[in-house]
Amino acid sequence: MLEIRDLHASIAGKEILRGISLTIRDGEVHALMGQNGAGKSTLSNIIVGHPAYEVTGGTITFNGQDLLAMAPEERAHQGIFLSFQQPVEIPGVSMTNFMRAALNAKRKAQGLEPLPATEFLRLMRERRKIVELDNRLANRSVNEGFSGGEKKRNEIFQMAMLEPTFAILDETDSGLDVDALRIVAEGFNKLRRPETSALVITHYQRLLDYLRPDTIHVLIGGQIVHTGGPEVATMIEQGGFEQFIK
Amino acid sequence: MSSEKQYIELYSECREMISSHSVPVLNALREQAYEDFRRLGFPSQKVERYKYTDVAAAFAPNYGLNLRHIDIPVSPYDVFRCDVPNLSTSLYFVVNDRFYDKALPKTSLPEGVEVMSLAEAAAKNPHFIGEYYGRLARSSKDGLNALNTMLCQDGLYIHVPKNTIVERPIQIINILRADVDLMVNRRVLIVLEEGAAAKILFCDHAIDDHQFLATQVSEVYVGENAHLELYELEETHVRSHRFANMYVDQQRSSVGTIDSLTLHNGLTRNRTDVTLSGEYAETRMYGCVIADKQQHVDNNTLIDHRVPNCQSTELYKYVLDGEAVGAFAGRVLVREGAQKTVSQETNANLCATDTARMYTQPMLEIYADDVKCSHGSTVGQLNDEALFYMRQRGIPESEARLLLKFAFAGEVLDSIKMEPLRDRLHYLVEKRFRGELSKCEGCRLCK
Repeated sequence: MLEIRDLHASIAGKEILRGISLTIRDGEVHALMGQNGAGKSTLSNIIVGHPAYEVTGGTITFNGQDLLAMAPEERAHQGIFLSFQQPVEIPGVSMTNFMRAALNAKRKAQGLEPLPATEFLRLMRERRKIVELDNRLANRSVNEGFSGGEKKRNEIFQMAMLEPTFAILDETDSGLDVDALRIVAEGFNKLRRPETSALVITHYQRLLDYLRPDTIHVLIGGQIVHTGGPEVATMIEQGGFEQFIK
Repeated sequence: MSSEKQYIELYSECREMISSHSVPVLNALREQAYEDFRRLGFPSQKVERYKYTDVAAAFAPNYGLNLRHIDIPVSPYDVFRCDVPNLSTSLYFVVNDRFYDKALPKTSLPEGVEVMSLAEAAAKNPHFIGEYYGRLARSSKDGLNALNTMLCQDGLYIHVPKNTIVERPIQIINILRADVDLMVNRRVLIVLEEGAAAKILFCDHAIDDHQFLATQVSEVYVGENAHLELYELEETHVRSHRFANMYVDQQRSSVGTIDSLTLHNGLTRNRTDVTLSGEYAETRMYGCVIADKQQHVDNNTLIDHRVPNCQSTELYKYVLDGEAVGAFAGRVLVREGAQKTVSQETNANLCATDTARMYTQPMLEIYADDVKCSHGSTVGQLNDEALFYMRQRGIPESEARLLLKFAFAGEVLDSIKMEPLRDRLHYLVEKRFRGELSKCEGCRLCK
């Protein structure tokens, strides 16, 4: 369970989040919607511990533990995963080596032995199919030369490999055509288990039609101004964000 | 001229002893070199090509020299565990400046191929060696060449006759070995005749915990249609100083690959000059430097396109940590009339700490109008966004940094065509980055 209490945060001295409180229980999918600059990505970056963002007040606990005290990699070992809005290219580091390092680091944190090479490669093959990721891409450097859509699929592939318990999808639908969106969304749904939860950040209803969130929050000016069920997405689609601005 | 004084005095007092433990071909250039050294002295940092290394300071301490060629007890196989195993090389040792003839490889080289002491070769065949010795490395132009020519008594000679292909790589282990702080002046002469082919790997090691100062002057002749792959791997220790000048001459349609890898050292200054003197020749020059602590690595190169239709590619990469200082100055000269030259020069550097320093100076000088040339250099830090991306996936920061550094250096390692050497270097570089190779792996010091 992820619990955010009265979170304030800033970047380069500018306050972006102004008192966010949010609870996501195991098994729940929440969506966060809002205009550009509302603070959606700031929130996701803070949950995963991006060093550029400064928390100026409030708390985040994950399964009862103080998340803000953990290094980014420890948060990952606890089961937190971010599908990046803009996945980073890492020339010279192959997807295979990258994934092996990530998976084995997590296993080490869990007190497990590294996965034997054959088993690891089998897992790579198997999980690649979930998002129909080409074998060719798996042999390349991380995200290097990938198209926008391939990068997003690669994010979900990594999620499939690491099996997080809490995933954030930060505008994973941006830059995807209809078919790619379906593949990514269905891939995500296949990976859902009763205990896993997620926070989905998006501008559009389209992705939410696939993911069927339990709760939708509207973020404006660094504050959650409205929380409701799936009907909120339809409200936004029809009336825009203005209706929530007091 | 305070640093020079001790060497000038040393020579004027010991010239007889130096000559008597060498051979006429080497002695023939000694007096002129002495005059040149007196005139030139050590190159100062005001000299463009020596801007980044204080040569005189490195030569100032009082080193011992083994001018009488007293045998220094050494058993190469005992002290040296080969760092590049499974290479199936023909393995030779050079201890300080002397070819070690007590441990010759069991496998035989193709007929006519010689790997031996330079002095011995010059005694046996003075006319042949005399034609090559000192022709490329002129003592009148460079104080270090002058010093080396004045003091050197022996070294290594490799000769591959016409149309002879040496399949098995020739591996030379240069061992610095002494019971006192020691200066070594070594000479290397490599002659590949027309149509010959060879792969030569030099591995430099220092096996005693003393201060070493090694000068090495190499002259490499690559004949028409000859193919040479030359790898130089330095894994010495922080008390080693290396000053190496290499001159390569390439004839028509020859292909020369020169790979310089500095994995561990103290102070290193490599000068590599390649002259393309025959049309359709191709040069590939690669360098990889990994340095930390207060290590200093200065690579200075010249590719001289004298004739039309030649190609050159140059790629040097540095990864600097700690307070390391790196310098790269690469000059590509396309002379008048050298039309249809294709040349590409790249120097990319990574400073992983705030205290590491890199000086880079790619230079392209073109006096012909129909050429395709480019040059460029970058100095950067590790990509913070890539680091964070990796950490978000659970890769600990130290491991993420290592993967990024390794990826950066990998491009140069991948250029190595000898597969077992490439694999081995990947392994060594990874170990180096993990801090497990703070001294060279093959030495008894490090066991």
